[in-house]
Amino acid sequence: MDDRTPCPAPTGGPSTPRVLGRRAFLEDVLLLSGGAVVFLAGATAAAPAAAAEGAASAPPAAEGYQPWEHRWAYLVDPERCIGCGSCVRACSAENHVPDGFFRTWVERYVTGMDGTSVDSPNGGKDGFPALQVAFVATKSFFVPKMCNHCRETPCIQVCPVGASYRTPDGVVLVDGERCIGCAYCVQACPFGSRFLSPETHTAEKCTWCYHRITRGLRPACVEVCPTGARAFGDLRREGDPVRHAIEHDRVAVLQPHLRTEPQCFYLHLDGEVR
Amino acid sequence: MPQISGFAFPNDVHVWWSLMIVMYPYITGFVAGAFIVTSLFHLFGRAELRPVARLAMATSFSFLLVASLPLQLHLGHPERGPLVLVTPHFTSAMAGFGMLYGGYLLILALEVWFVWRREIVDRARRSRGAARAFYATLALGTYDTSPEALAVDHRAIAVLAGIGLPGACMLHGYVGFIFGAIKANPWWSTPLMPIIFLVSAAVSGIALLLVLYQVVSKLRGRPADQPCVSSLARWLWLFLILTLSLELLEILVMAYERSDSWLIISELITTRLELSYVTVQMIVGGLIPMILLAVVVLMNRYLHPRVRNTLSTAAALLCLLQVFSMRWNIVIGGQLLSKSLRGLRSHYEPELFGREGVLMALALVLAPFAILWIFDRVLGIDPPGQADGEPEAHAAAAPGGAAATGPGLGDVHP
Repeated sequence: MDDRTPCPAPTGGPSTPRVLGRRAFLEDVLLLSGGAVVFLAGATAAAPAAAAEGAASAPPAAEGYQPWEHRWAYLVDPERCIGCGSCVRACSAENHVPDGFFRTWVERYVTGMDGTSVDSPNGGKDGFPALQVAFVATKSFFVPKMCNHCRETPCIQVCPVGASYRTPDGVVLVDGERCIGCAYCVQACPFGSRFLSPETHTAEKCTWCYHRITRGLRPACVEVCPTGARAFGDLRREGDPVRHAIEHDRVAVLQPHLRTEPQCFYLHLDGEVR
Repeated sequence: MPQISGFAFPNDVHVWWSLMIVMYPYITGFVAGAFIVTSLFHLFGRAELRPVARLAMATSFSFLLVASLPLQLHLGHPERGPLVLVTPHFTSAMAGFGMLYGGYLLILALEVWFVWRREIVDRARRSRGAARAFYATLALGTYDTSPEALAVDHRAIAVLAGIGLPGACMLHGYVGFIFGAIKANPWWSTPLMPIIFLVSAAVSGIALLLVLYQVVSKLRGRPADQPCVSSLARWLWLFLILTLSLELLEILVMAYERSDSWLIISELITTRLELSYVTVQMIVGGLIPMILLAVVVLMNRYLHPRVRNTLSTAAALLCLLQVFSMRWNIVIGGQLLSKSLRGLRSHYEPELFGREGVLMALALVLAPFAILWIFDRVLGIDPPGQADGEPEAHAAAAPGGAAATGPGLGDVHP
């Protein structure tokens, strides 16, 4: 697209406008837009952290903690869960979970030949009131739930800015300083583990209490469980009871057909649980 | 708090993607749909669409300028929105937005410039003072309107339209992909989704142009060109048949397979979405315009212009409703069912005021028309030679005649 034809200056206009060929113009535009992108990148990278004030950033690991020496896993034994809700209350207190949202919750299953009833009033936080069902109930049990910290996780895959990430020790976290609050990860999680906090406007979920486990403590929910229905372990440690159970017992994961490779395992899981 | 029937995961009772995320595909649909119309003229030589070719391009451009706003408005942290463009995380479909949107915007802006270049130069020559400086700036310093230069313009338009059509299809197909590739949600997860989005975008774009063309004709006090109206109606009919077939196919496969999610989805369709899906999307917005358009297309030669205009405009308005309800049913409907596949939440009602409210949505839909009006004042959207007070455009045949550039390339008079 060369401009070999002389351009007649418009009559009575600016004396003689600079004759700028289309090619030259396009080169200028490319240079300018390149500069703009670089500038924008710098400006965004240097965006004041004040904008992110109050954002729940990823819990820091403890000093001297070596993540690659661990591979964390969670084990739930639904047969031991009594639905007391201590875990939900402990989680809420430990992680300042906003009311009406849950990093962990407990579901109650009541099943019979003619039906299944599932409920989780207020996430099981206040325990479970007595229940009447319209069929003959033959079986009832509780199932604690939380983020499964999947190895092939859809939430990390869909985050457009890389705010969701997986640590070397196998924990899925959200960087609250980077999260733009688009909720794509909330939509992509098949387990309903994520939510947008009404306070920080960023995605939040269970972190397996990363701030605790990197200091040698157990997650708050495991700490308070009175029956040992929740257990937390390190798959890299010889003789770890959780590792032993996963290696030798009947364990299952939630929604295995979705191939997300959850690292939260359930002992003797009933087929009704999704 | 929403009411839940059945069991929903406790975090699963919120509609995170609100009215703004309904508006986003609706608006980008107009961008792609209008561009398809302009491509039918510029690329595929449908000369009968000449009266709306420029209107279509200006419409596509106007809606594109607004298209990213609903996304920005819905973010929890709008100030971090640019991170998607600057530091995209490429495993995410959403990260492609910046490149697709930016690339298409560039192509469309260039194409607009080439199509309107002659008018820009003419206006620069005709006007005085500030207006002159403005048009001179728009002309980018090149005032060459010789036949050779115009032939170059036409070739550039053809090339840009050739890149722009797949660009528009990708921009909108990708919106469908964002939903279609979420395996956690059975109402969304289907490879048909990008195609359904794209075909319904064509429906909404053509329908919008049918209505706009009638409005513009009324405002200009000129009768609408009947071959053009017939052609638009025919294309609209084709794309409406396609979109309804695909939308029904998606449901039929689920129902026939009796997939594990069908139980809850059938309940979703027959209870929560009964009005918006069955009544509006399929019957009022689907079946009825299909019949109206069948009349327009099949009985074309017997119709009085007034009847043709009325029937096609009524059908087009219903199609606009159909596409909106389809966006609503997908975006909102998909969030009414819990991923537990055991429960549904109660209806979602958008707020009236606020960042993601009904008024904002209305403003977003009206904004492109305001831009279109400004566009018309600045550059004119009528085909050359039709605008009032414009000198009769003269033919600028390319070297080698029309055969070299193909029929209908550019807006030259034969």
